[in-house]
This record gives sequence, structure tokens and C-alpha cells, in this order.
Amino acid sequence: MAQKKGGKSAASDDPEELARTPLQAVLLADTFNLKFRPITLERPKVLLPLVNTPMIDYTLAWLESVGVEEVFLFCCAHAEQVKEYIGNSHWGQSHAGFSITTIESNFSMSAGDALRFIEGKNVIRGDFILITGDTISNMSLTEALQAHKDRRKKDPDTVMTMFVKRSKPMPLTHQTRLGNDEIMMAIDPETKQLLYYEDRFDSSKRAVTLDKSLLADNASLYLRTDLEDCYIDICSPEVLTIFLDNFDYQHLRRHFVKGLLHDDIMGKKIYTHEIDSSYTARVDNYRSYDTISKDIIQRWSFPLVPDVLYAGNRAQMRLQREGIYKAPDVTLSPSVRIGAFTAIGSATIIGENSSVSNSVIGELCTIGRNVSIDGCYIWDNVTIEDGCRLSHSIVCDGVHLHAGATLEPGVILSFKVEVGQNITVPAYSKVSLLPQPSKQDSDEELEYADTNSGVIDSPSIASISPANIEHDHVSSFDTEQSVLLEGGLSGVGYIWTSCETGNEEEWRYSVAPIPEEKLKEFYAKMFDEDESSSDGEQTGITHSGELISESKSTDFDDSDGEYKGDVAKFEKEVEETFERALGGVAEENVQLEINSLRMSFNVTHAECAGAVFQSVIKSAIITSNSSKSNLLKATIDAIERSKGLLSYFITNVDEEIEVILKFEEMCMEITREFAPIFSSVLHQLYDKEVITEDAILKWESEKADADESDKVFVKQSEAFLKWLKEAPEEDDEDE
Amino acid sequence: MDPPMDFQVVVLAGGTSDKLSPLVSKELPKALLPVANKPLLSYPLELLEASNLKNIIVVVEGDEAATQVESWLSVAYMDRLNVEVVKTPGDVGTVGAIRAVAPFLISTDILIVSGDLVSDISPGAIAATHRRHGAAVTALFCPAPVSGGADSSTSGGKDKAKKPSRCNIVGLDPTRQFLLHIVSGPKVEKDIHIQKRIVRAVGQMEIRSDFMDAHVYAFKRTVLLDVLEKEDKFYSIKQDVLPYLVRTQLRSDISAKKENLADESSNGATKELPSEDININSAVPSNQNLRWLSQHREIAPSSYQEAYISDCDLNKSRPAKKTHKCCIYLSGKTQYCARLNSVQAFGDINRDMLGEASRITGYTFSAQNNVVHPTVVQGAKTTAGGQCIIAEGTILGDKCSVKRSVIGRHCRIGSNVKIVNSIVMNHVTIEDNCTIQGSVISSNVQIQERASLKDCQVGAGYVITAGSEYKSEPLTKR
Repeated sequence: MAQKKGGKSAASDDPEELARTPLQAVLLADTFNLKFRPITLERPKVLLPLVNTPMIDYTLAWLESVGVEEVFLFCCAHAEQVKEYIGNSHWGQSHAGFSITTIESNFSMSAGDALRFIEGKNVIRGDFILITGDTISNMSLTEALQAHKDRRKKDPDTVMTMFVKRSKPMPLTHQTRLGNDEIMMAIDPETKQLLYYEDRFDSSKRAVTLDKSLLADNASLYLRTDLEDCYIDICSPEVLTIFLDNFDYQHLRRHFVKGLLHDDIMGKKIYTHEIDSSYTARVDNYRSYDTISKDIIQRWSFPLVPDVLYAGNRAQMRLQREGIYKAPDVTLSPSVRIGAFTAIGSATIIGENSSVSNSVIGELCTIGRNVSIDGCYIWDNVTIEDGCRLSHSIVCDGVHLHAGATLEPGVILSFKVEVGQNITVPAYSKVSLLPQPSKQDSDEELEYADTNSGVIDSPSIASISPANIEHDHVSSFDTEQSVLLEGGLSGVGYIWTSCETGNEEEWRYSVAPIPEEKLKEFYAKMFDEDESSSDGEQTGITHSGELISESKSTDFDDSDGEYKGDVAKFEKEVEETFERALGGVAEENVQLEINSLRMSFNVTHAECAGAVFQSVIKSAIITSNSSKSNLLKATIDAIERSKGLLSYFITNVDEEIEVILKFEEMCMEITREFAPIFSSVLHQLYDKEVITEDAILKWESEKADADESDKVFVKQSEAFLKWLKEAPEEDDEDE
Repeated sequence: MDPPMDFQVVVLAGGTSDKLSPLVSKELPKALLPVANKPLLSYPLELLEASNLKNIIVVVEGDEAATQVESWLSVAYMDRLNVEVVKTPGDVGTVGAIRAVAPFLISTDILIVSGDLVSDISPGAIAATHRRHGAAVTALFCPAPVSGGADSSTSGGKDKAKKPSRCNIVGLDPTRQFLLHIVSGPKVEKDIHIQKRIVRAVGQMEIRSDFMDAHVYAFKRTVLLDVLEKEDKFYSIKQDVLPYLVRTQLRSDISAKKENLADESSNGATKELPSEDININSAVPSNQNLRWLSQHREIAPSSYQEAYISDCDLNKSRPAKKTHKCCIYLSGKTQYCARLNSVQAFGDINRDMLGEASRITGYTFSAQNNVVHPTVVQGAKTTAGGQCIIAEGTILGDKCSVKRSVIGRHCRIGSNVKIVNSIVMNHVTIEDNCTIQGSVISSNVQIQERASLKDCQVGAGYVITAGSEYKSEPLTKR
């Protein structure tokens, strides 16, 4: 089998190196994100089948092939399932190429937590390979490992070697191919040291900012967008210590890598190793699941291919012409049309006149007559009745499609979902027997996932029975999810609203091919993105060839350090405090708490006033529904409720102006739903004496020479402003 | 119907630069400063002549300087080159100089050469590169000289002193043909901001801080004039025009305007590039990407391929997506390239002309590795060591020693004089027993006996009294 072959070659690679310390690997069997929800509510991602073999088998096979002797398998969500799987598979047996130890922690929320936990176990003795259980690779490690060790000898500050893969020169291609985000790295061409790393969380900026010291130290460097991060690292044991020391590091890249790169004090260095001819990819989202499955079928990942790598106990698939893999015991009606690059697992039955192309079908499936399947991933024990049409979907174990059901592109059917007769599941739907965790919950988690990187499919949610959740979150059901196929038709499952990135981004991560117009849009965005701002840029040209706007913004960052971040953090804290206050904390206590926050974050009174106001307004959103009048009413209520607090914090004109500006900013950015009622709310604030006339007029005059785009709200409030100027004391002869 | 080498050359000869004080004066403009006994300006001119670039406009700052340069040119190059001298007022910057000659510019491409360039890099090669790429601008860059680079690499601790200001931060594509990013001047000290768009277009951008802008640029005339017309605040080609063009290369608005202009001038070489050039800087033509893309996706027939193709079409129909190319010509490591823009550089370049770059001077060095004009009179026991140039009519007394130095015409040098590592211009009188080390002596200086100079610059006509000693001082007539 593959593992044996690979193992042999690796063993001959560097025997003396291995003799010294056994090569260890840490395999994270949890990816700490939600991209594979809802499927991962019921099964850990690493056990999801990729061309009928669980992903973790690919990773373990690779680890074995490169000569790893000890694997520490870190499980978190669904730890029992992973442990059970490993226990039953040949990996747990003594004849496997390495010893495998499972480490289980139910409280780890991120890779950082996991590594801290592993550090606590005190099992890592030397350099180790850090990999997640969803990585497919067939590369050789020898060269990189040797290079890493050599560097370590020369410079003990070397802590990590990251594998990167040259991808296609056209960014459009690799991003749409894998659904990955653009990564920008700066690499020293001589030493391959990583100098700068940027992922999508800074990609909103149009320009990359490189610290001048980078160039002072290196005469040349390469700035590259044509690399993919393989998410395989060779780490020194210090990595664990660094995680321990920096307890806020969660994400391997976003926190750890960037943290080290920005930290001049520790002087730790990260290097890259570029691979070119071998295959490495990580199943990060549904789109990469699709792409990698196809790559595997086309044998790019050899020897990790279906007819070699198979650990199940049923008949193995064999490769036939045109890239068709078939187990010997499949039952195909003679009239079945099997297209190229298709895999059909053991004991599957396909009925008359059905057609299958570019798809993977698992084991023990029953597929009826006149079924058409294109670009789908159908897992085990699936029943598809006659006349169903499936395209570009993922269908999990035990799903039952009743006759005539149609799956539009991008559909995900989680375990045991049933789709009733002649039902069409709309594109990009995700259907699960488990209801979607309530919107509030998932939002919170997602925010955490995005900023701090670390949400897992927490076991607690997974283990709660549907009934329980329903009970807990009754309120959230009415809008967010509906029981699929009500009205007498048979069918079981909840349709999830898209949670990860919102509908508009769904196409990027879906298994469905990218619609033409999205591709165009994407393409246009990639190259035209600064078109809109080009006017500003033209005027912003300075004599030295920098963009004024850019340099301004960085000057700001430079001088104030973490200023921006601190205010944001402060706002968040205030918000949280405020939310608690809604639960009935006495007003004085809230005042006290916010004041102490203000001091500890060292923000000005005005900023504090803005933050308090923002919290008040946000509380209105939470309690209200989307309609405009409701929102206005809720806002008025919220203002009324917190009037005392507002007047405590908003004491002078400057603070009032800050509040108005803040509100304006909110309307434009985070809480756009307020935009239409801006002027009404402003009026309310005036009526409730939160904001004085002076402040409003000053705000208007401040805005007088602002950009047109900034004046939207001034315009909106024109009537109100006019009234303000005219109505009161006529002796005021300003106008 | 342009002949292949229809280039007009603008040589920016400057005037009497303050930086070169006390060496330059009203009598001796920078362009005529002797380098290895030849006027500085002759170096770029000979270089151009060697590449058969003979339509030359020399721009000189200041009336007097212009007159002198003109009279020198008319003697030296009248029959060889088609040279015109245009004078500008002082302090108009390189852009101002170009504005002054703009009415005379007629050829498709313009080569702008700094008048203080001492080099053996062929301007013809730069011009050819420019033409080959159809670039809007091609700039010559050379690796920073090791001597200059030394301070930048050794002073590990001092961040501030580290960056010699003449170095730029440049971004290149992997093939090192295109200039993708440039920062020059004082901004070099700051953090760098690079447009992501352009990195995306190439996938990989090499950023270097050790390349020197040699002040040789080939421009498309229309582009150049357009920029000058539009941006009236621009002062320097290096710091304004070039960065501007580089920055806007994927979003060329000069070309948008060009359409009218091109119509008017009905010049064949309009600046319009086809819209596929969106990917212009990518080493891989977009077609190949397309092919690759479709290969990958053909197993899953989808809207991918068509989308991409129609996308290209879309681009075409879209209100023209303009780009222009900014290219770079990188000199080889063995080629010599220096600019004489400081007293320090004056000394360095003269020494280089005696040593490593002696080939540029056109002199034939003797077996003793020196050039001594046959009319030179040497006294008894006087030695002219290696790496020396002594020009015609100079008389040396007895027991003199000249090492690694340049001595100009008709100098009178007494007995027992030591001249080491120095440059002595014309008509200098040095009396007996003087010692001159590492100094520059301008024309008509009189150095009385037993004077000792070390690392000094002496302005024209100065008189150094007997027995005086100077160290590291500039000396000028009040």
C-alpha cells in the first residue's frame, strides 16, 4: 500500500537524522472554524470523506511516508469520534509506521489553545511537524527538514519553517480554484526568511505597507501573491513556549506568524520552504473540497489516490479508463452512463438510465432510475429515488432524496436529511437535521472566529438534541430557519441561513461552479478596486510619488501605535457593560464601570461619550425588528431608557458633536439600517435634550466643507436643521 | 515611418552647482569640469556618439554657463554631432529643463541623459529596450557601487545613516524588465506602500533598495509632454515624473487623454495599448492563464471558461482599460556608472578614471600604467607613478613624485613636490617643496613653496601662501 512505499523512501532519506530524535508531529484534528457547518455539527471535519476516504487518512499517510515516528493527535470537537476512528483503523495498530497518541481537550477554542495544551503535556522533545488533519500532500520533507535544522544550528532564533507552494500566476485562478484568500508575503530571496505576511484580514487596504527597517536590513526582498500557504510547518519546540508566553495567540497565522514578524524584541525568525513539483493542499472550505477531490481523482496527489489509499473494510475502488474509479461490487444497470473522472464506492447500486459525471459516490448508496448526478459528492448510505437531479452538491451519509427531488448547485445536505417528492432545494442551501444555532450565538462566535480565530464546533452544541435547542432558542426560529418542506410533503431538516460570510460571498466557498457574473465581478474588483478612489489619488499625488491618503493613514498608525485598536476595544467593552446593564444593573454602577474602563483604556471623554451612545443605539437593534418604524421606535425607547446614562457622559458641546459624528459613522458603516432614520433620531436626541442645538449647528458647519459623500446625513437632516435655525429665538440673527 | 533610431537626446548639463563648490564657478560650469583632463560633458556626449545618437540638445542653466558650453561644443563637436544648446534660468529642476526644450522635441522617443553621467553603458541599448517594449518610460538603473554601498552595509547600528539618498526603492517583476514601483528622494526613509493591484498582476515583485537611478530615461514623447502639461507642479523627473508614471501604469490616465492628442498630432505612435494589456507586466501572457484555467476546469464543464473569455471581451468593450509600460534597464555589474554630483564624487570618479574605469577615458595607458603627454617636461629624478595623467605643456621640476593623480595643462610644478591622490587642473603653479595629498586644485591656483595640503579643495585663482598647511578645507577666493 501507499504508506509502505512512501515509508521506505523516506527512511532511506536521512537515517542519521532520524536516529537522534524521533521525528514528531502534531496533528490538529480540529480546524477551529465553522466553514464546514452544518456537517461538522455531527461529524468532525477530519473524518469527512474525501473521495471515500476520511481526510485524516491522507494526512496520516503522508506523515507516515515522510518518516514521522510519533504523532500526537489533538482532538477537540467530537473527540470520541476521532478516537474511535483511529482506534478501529490500522493507524492505531502496532504495525503502523508510527505511534499515535491522542490528546483530548474539550476546552480548546483555537490552535493556540491546542498548542498550549500540548505544551502542558510535555511530550515534544525536538523539532516537530505541525499539520492539520485536513491537509493532503505528497511532498518530501527531507530537504526542508535538513534546511530547518541547519538554520537552527546557525541561528537558534529560527522557530519555524513554513511550507509554501507556488500557485498560478493569475490570482483569479488560485483564489477561485480553492476559494482561498489572497496571501501576501514578503520573502528574502537569499535566506527565504519570511518578512511579511498578510491574509485577507488586512486585504481591505489597497496598498501593502512594509516597514522601512525591512529594507534597511535586506537589500532586496520579494513581495509575492503567487504563493499558497500549505499550512504545514516545521516547528521548533520554542513555538509551544511562545504560544504559552503569548496567551492571546489563537490563530497560527494571524496571531503567531504576524506576531513574531512584528515583534522585533524577540527576534524570532520564520522561514519558508517553497515546494513546486509536489502536491499539497488543504481542504479549507467547500470549494477546496471540490477542487481537491478532483485533483485526487486525477492523481495529482499520487500515491494518495483512491485505488492505493483505502483503509475501509469494503471492496476497494479500482481505476478504469477515463479516470473512472469503481469498486468491483457496484451494481450498475447497463443503461447507466458514467462520465469521466467519477468514483463509485463499494456496493452502490445505480438504476436504469441514470447518468453520473464528475462525481464521487460513496458506499452502499442506492440510486434509482433516471437520476442525473453531476459534480456531486455523495457519501455513504445515500438513497436517491427515481428521477432526481443533482448538480454540484454535497450529500452526506444517510440522506434520502425522494423521487423527483432536485438539488440546485451549491446545496449541502447534512446527515440523514430527507428531501420530499419533487422538491427543489434552492442553490447554496445548507440543510441539516439540527437547527442552526440561533443567530445571536453564531454571530458572536463568528466574530470571534474572524477576529480571534477560534471557534470550534463546540461539543456542547453538537451534543444537544434538536429538541433542546429548539426549546432554548424558540425566538430565533421564526425568521432564521424554517422546517424544510412543510405542508404535508415528507422531508426532514432545517434550512440554514448562510452564516459564514453572508449570501453574497457564498459563491466563493461553495462547491458550485462560480457563476459567470460573479467571476466578472471578482475579476473586476481585483484589478479595478482603486478605480473608484482614483480621483482622490490623482489629487493626492505628491512630489515624491506617494499617495497622500495612504501616507496619512500610516502616519496616524505610526504615531499612535495601537490607538485605533484600543478605541475599538474600548467600545466593545462599553458595549458589553451596557448589555449587562440592560439586565438590570443600577445606573450608578454602570457609570462607575464605564468610567473605570475609560481610564484604563485612556480614551478621551468625547470618545467615551461616543462609545456609550453607540451601545445605546446598538441595543435598539437587538431589541427591534428590521422595519423602519419599529427601529425608530426601538431607538427612541433605547434613548429614553438610557437617558440618564447618556446625559451623564455627554456633558459638553464637544462630546455632543462627537456623538453625532459617531452616529453618522455608524450609519455609514456598522449599522447601516439606521441610515434612513438618521434625521429622526437626531431630532429625538434634541427633543430628549441629549444633544443641544449648538452641537447640531456646529456639526453642520463642521461638515460644510466636507466631501459630498460625507454630507449625506447633513442633507437628510436639512429640514430639521432649518427648523432648528428658524423656530427658536428670533433674536438670534445668525441667519 | 520612424527610422529605427529616431531618438532625440536631451542632455541636462546643469549650471554651476552649489554642491560642487568651490570647484565650479562662473568661469567653469559643471559641464566643463575636467574629469581626467576632459570636460565632464564630453563623457555623455561620446557615449551617445558611440551609439549613433547624434541629435542632441544640451540644456544649460544660466547665461554665462550656456555661452561657455556652447563655445566649447562648437569647437569640440561641431562636425561630429548635431548639438544645440538651450539655456534655462537656474533652479527650474529637470522638469523645467525639459519644458524649456519641449518645443524642439519632435521624435517619437526622447532620451534624457544627465550631463554628469560618467559611464560605459550604451545608451543605444537603453533606447533599444525602450523601443522593444513599447514602453512609456524606460529608466536606467545600476547596482549601487560597492564603495558607496559600503557604508550602507557595514553600519549595522545606525539606521539613519544607512540609506544613501541616491538609492531608491524599486519594485521589479521577476524578469527584471518592468519597473513596478519606485520610491525616491526623502520618502525612501519611510515605510513603503505598494499597491496590491500591481503585485497581483505580476504575482511576485522583487523589491530592492540597492539600485541607483542613473538619470538616463527614455520617454515616449507624447507621454512626457502630456505629463508635463497636466502636472504643472512637477519639478524633478526622478522624483515626480517617473514615480507618477510608474504608479499609474495600470490605470493610465495620460493615455486616456491621449486619444485627442494623438488625433491632433496624427502621430502614428499613440500611447494606446490594447486592453488585454491589463496583465501586461505578468511574465506569463494572459492567454496562457486562460488556457491553464480552462484545462483545469474542462473536467467540470462550467461557466468558467466562457466566463473568463467573455470577461476579456467585456474588458474590451469597457471604457478602455488603459495601461502603459514602465521598463527598467539594469546595467551589468561590470559596467561603470557614476554621476558627478558632489565634490566627493568628483574625486572618486577621477580616481576611477585612473584605475578601474580607465577604459572610459579613451587614453592609452603606457607600460607604467600612466598617461604622460609627450610635451610634458620632467626634471631629474622626477617620477610619474602608475595611474597618473599629466597633460600637455606641464613642466615638472626635479625630484618630484606624482602618484595616482591627474595634472592638467600647462602647469608649472617646482622641485621636490609630492602630489598624491590629487587632481590638479590647468595653469596651476606649484612651487618647490610642496606636498599635496588627496586634494583638488582648480585652475590658475598658485601654491607657494613649502605649502602642504591634505584633503582640500582649492577654488580657481586662489593663492596659497608659502609654508602654510591646510587639512580638509575648501579654499576659495572671496
